Amino acid sequence: MEALDGNAIAGALFEYFGTEMTVARGACVYCGATAQIAELRVYGQAPGTVARCRSCGNVVMVLVSVRGLQKVHLSGFRLGD
Amino acid sequence: MSPISRGFGGRRRPVADPSRVPPGQYVTPDFPVLSAGPTPHTPLDEWSFTIHGAVEKPVSWPWDEFIALPSETVTVDIHCVTKWSKLDTSWKGVSVDTLLENVETEAEYVTAWSDGGYTTNLALEDVTGGRAWIAYEYGGEPLEPEHGGPARLVVPHLYFWKSAKWVRGLTLTPDDQPGFWENYGYHNHGDPWLEQRYQGD
Amino acid sequence: MARAAIPRRLTWQLGRVVELIDETPRCKSVVVDLPEWQGHRAGQHVDVRLTAEDGYQAERSYSIASAPEDAHLVLTVERLDDGEVSPYLTDELRPDDELELRGPIGGYFVWERSLGGPLLMVAGGSGVVPFRSMLRHWAAGEHDTVPRLLYSSRTLPEVIYQEELTRFSADDGVDVRLALTREWPENWEGHRGRVDRGFLEEVAWAPAERPLVYICGPTSFVEAVAQTLVDIGHEPGRVKTERFGPTGT
Repeated sequence: MEALDGNAIAGALFEYFGTEMTVARGACVYCGATAQIAELRVYGQAPGTVARCRSCGNVVMVLVSVRGLQKVHLSGFRLGD
Repeated sequence: MSPISRGFGGRRRPVADPSRVPPGQYVTPDFPVLSAGPTPHTPLDEWSFTIHGAVEKPVSWPWDEFIALPSETVTVDIHCVTKWSKLDTSWKGVSVDTLLENVETEAEYVTAWSDGGYTTNLALEDVTGGRAWIAYEYGGEPLEPEHGGPARLVVPHLYFWKSAKWVRGLTLTPDDQPGFWENYGYHNHGDPWLEQRYQGD
Repeated sequence: MARAAIPRRLTWQLGRVVELIDETPRCKSVVVDLPEWQGHRAGQHVDVRLTAEDGYQAERSYSIASAPEDAHLVLTVERLDDGEVSPYLTDELRPDDELELRGPIGGYFVWERSLGGPLLMVAGGSGVVPFRSMLRHWAAGEHDTVPRLLYSSRTLPEVIYQEELTRFSADDGVDVRLALTREWPENWEGHRGRVDRGFLEEVAWAPAERPLVYICGPTSFVEAVAQTLVDIGHEPGRVKTERFGPTGT
């Protein structure tokens, strides 16, 4: 299954953050590479959706829907740079 | 509640024997591919399976030795936490009991770990007693990479995220250590019959 | 229709199917009337949600095929044989049915006049859908450069919007180049085979012109084209990509 990109999680992120997020720029905490969220490599729908840094492949963001409640874990991605 | 989409039923299929389907699950004829990352492609001459951690002595098998171990072919139902269940799936592999035969440990938990960094945690009793295999064939054919080949863990009595694809080893641990999805809110145990999908269920 | 940049809230809206249009044997356009729609930008998409009688739901994203200036929202859906949502939309949906969706979504893969140009669009299979929106939006207003569309499809019958693209070419001078990768008519004068570096060099604006490049289609297509354009010398910062799931390239 080939990866998609951050455009695929645009709706989920909008719902969570209350605003359009795919143009938001940030840095991978592992390798420092900067990217807009739209440029991240995105895998899967469930058990959760994983966004990885295009440069180093590490997990920068995880979206999980727990009991119907969307949670976005952003600990691998430092927003704003 | 959303309005009903006239004529929409989804991929579900009616089941002849509902007692085989855990609560909240739907039967599918497909085999959906869900992944947290790119499909690894470890060459077989670089592949090995290792049992280590809280053990007297770690043990490891390269591919040729691994597939020469006594194997079993089992037909089991599998249940994904995303609500699809697939009945009568056939796997061939080595029972984890066989792999643990000469392993001395007092640990009660294992972390299965895979190429690509995936991990999942299980109680030792959930992978022993004939309940778990390291499978390298599915449906009579070598396990395809997108479904976890060359080998994956198969633990059919738990939600299938516990059946780690591209598995390379088991780390025995004294305590339960949440793995990848468990860290993000999924259940440490994962019994589909008790609908243990998320922490706290 | 009022133009809105970003909706303040992303809520599920109920639309009514107005019309279904056969585009190709596998693709259908769904024209939807949405009383609460606040407008969109070319390139954005919507999430469509289907609900079964027992409450089971399935959700998928579809690019908006209509321009912000158009009267109705249009989605063009490719039927995936093993799909769960697309076969419903292409085979089951009828005029007057309700359809639940939310949007518009996306702020990255959008083009509007203020972003300038020149514009190069590269489409693989149903990746052409957002470009219909962009072209219609472009044609609806003043412009001083003419866009180029490079569209890769397996066969000619699978090319979506053939007539409309021909009109864009004939009436508006849009440079539309088709690449057929699997089968082509004997007298085919377009590109034969996969989109390669030579073809991209031929069709794309020169790097010195600094085009805005949009690439949409299956992941492997998008990545190969993006890499090749960067190799040719185009600025990575002016190349925008949107990767779809499976589609016919």
